[in-house]
Amino acid sequence: MTEQEVQWFDEDGKRIDGRAKDEMRETKMKADVLEEADGSAMVEVGNTRVIASVFGPQDLHPKHLIESDRAVIKMRYNMAPFSVDDRMRPGPNRRAKEIGLVAKQALTPAIELEQFPKSGIDISMEIVESDGGTRAAGITAASLALADAGIPMRGLVSATAAGVVDDTAVLDVIGKEDKEGNADIPIATINGGDEITLLQMDGDLTPDQVDECLSLARKGCADLDEMQREALHSSLKNQEQEGGEQ
Amino acid sequence: MQINTKRIRKLSEEQERLDGRTPLEYRNITIEPEYIPTTADGSAKVTIGDTQVIVGISTDLEEPFPDMPGKGTIVTNAELAPMADREFESGPPQEDGVELARVVDRGIRESEAVDLEDLCIEKGEKVITLFIDIHILNNDGNLLDAAALAAITALKTGTLPHYDEESGEFDREAEGRPIPLTKTPVTATGRKIGDTIVFDTTKQEEEAQDARLTVSITEDNNIVAMQKGGTEPYSQEETMETVEKVRDKTEEFRQLIEDAVGE
Repeated sequence: MTEQEVQWFDEDGKRIDGRAKDEMRETKMKADVLEEADGSAMVEVGNTRVIASVFGPQDLHPKHLIESDRAVIKMRYNMAPFSVDDRMRPGPNRRAKEIGLVAKQALTPAIELEQFPKSGIDISMEIVESDGGTRAAGITAASLALADAGIPMRGLVSATAAGVVDDTAVLDVIGKEDKEGNADIPIATINGGDEITLLQMDGDLTPDQVDECLSLARKGCADLDEMQREALHSSLKNQEQEGGEQ
Repeated sequence: MQINTKRIRKLSEEQERLDGRTPLEYRNITIEPEYIPTTADGSAKVTIGDTQVIVGISTDLEEPFPDMPGKGTIVTNAELAPMADREFESGPPQEDGVELARVVDRGIRESEAVDLEDLCIEKGEKVITLFIDIHILNNDGNLLDAAALAAITALKTGTLPHYDEESGEFDREAEGRPIPLTKTPVTATGRKIGDTIVFDTTKQEEEAQDARLTVSITEDNNIVAMQKGGTEPYSQEETMETVEKVRDKTEEFRQLIEDAVGE
């Protein structure tokens, strides 16, 4: 295994990309980046870049999916062919389907679906560049897009991952730390609080390490939640200014 | 949307448009080369008005086609992502997406813009395949011109990864070389609304159009690909009128590309 050869921390305790163990990558967010969609957002976390869109609430097709007491979410997670070093064949694969499902479930508890019975909300996330953490960035972007679409929500959902390399818990793992490290735990929370709506894990950890990862990732989600609010504020400001000119 | 169709057609009789442009006038065009700097071998984002397109280039090593043993291959693919348009569906490319990819591909292929022989590593055994992936983010019309512009910009600024003889694989850490380009084909589309030829249509205008003609032209003014779409016929005169106008437009595009690429 190459795992033994990688030096995960330098003398100053900095990670392979120069971050402290509890430091997130440089993160940028912008709401309202597309015209056609009812709501949209772009989230960049380091080299990972995701665009999310929301259409709806609207008529739902096919009809047999309709629920009489709430709206139904359709979720698409898609990696662009050029978003990875070795080209991704276009079209859904099993991984993309599973991520679509867990991302939908991560967002559902935050959306007031019962306000829109018999309708549908289409969410999609396009990964245009990836370096780990695409599902987390996708969920963060989708939540912003939902808010941008004006869909009533109990809160914003933000997501990030913590992992373990060299027996040390680290926040926001990049591709290499994910692939060659000990573990990766992506989580999502509502309003950066203690309601965890996405939780996956792969690796080999002690219960204490899992606990430590959860604390780190929750802290990350709380920071992302603030950034989401700032992004919404500035997009509202922009819209007001544009509205004023018309 | 169709509420505007009548008005668009009426206005075009007077050479006027809903947004106040003249028939030949484009919306604001932006070109961002190397938009996907880490994972793509070449890329560009192009916006024309509210239309947004990303093209990313990937490379792979494959066996050549038996009839072209000494030449690399180009594969062009388009994804009309559902986020781009309420009408776009998830799933394999529908006929519109396939046509878009093929028209962009034809301009590049027929002009022999990419030196395919330079993509051959071992005759009959191993060649480089260039994947040109078109990703539509937002559709407000004129996807053809936007996608073609992004594709040629991505090719011009892209690199082929270093081929490592020993391992027989790409070494993506080592420095690559530019994609071998011999020409710069540029593509523009004229649309017929009534008797007027209009360029850079919005989505609403495309709903009102009768037919379109896409033309790809190289810097030596040769026409390398054409595609007519829509159900109304074109006369020979209208065809040549479009070709003439495309020639002027492509000169402007070429300047925009050079400005963006910094040549």
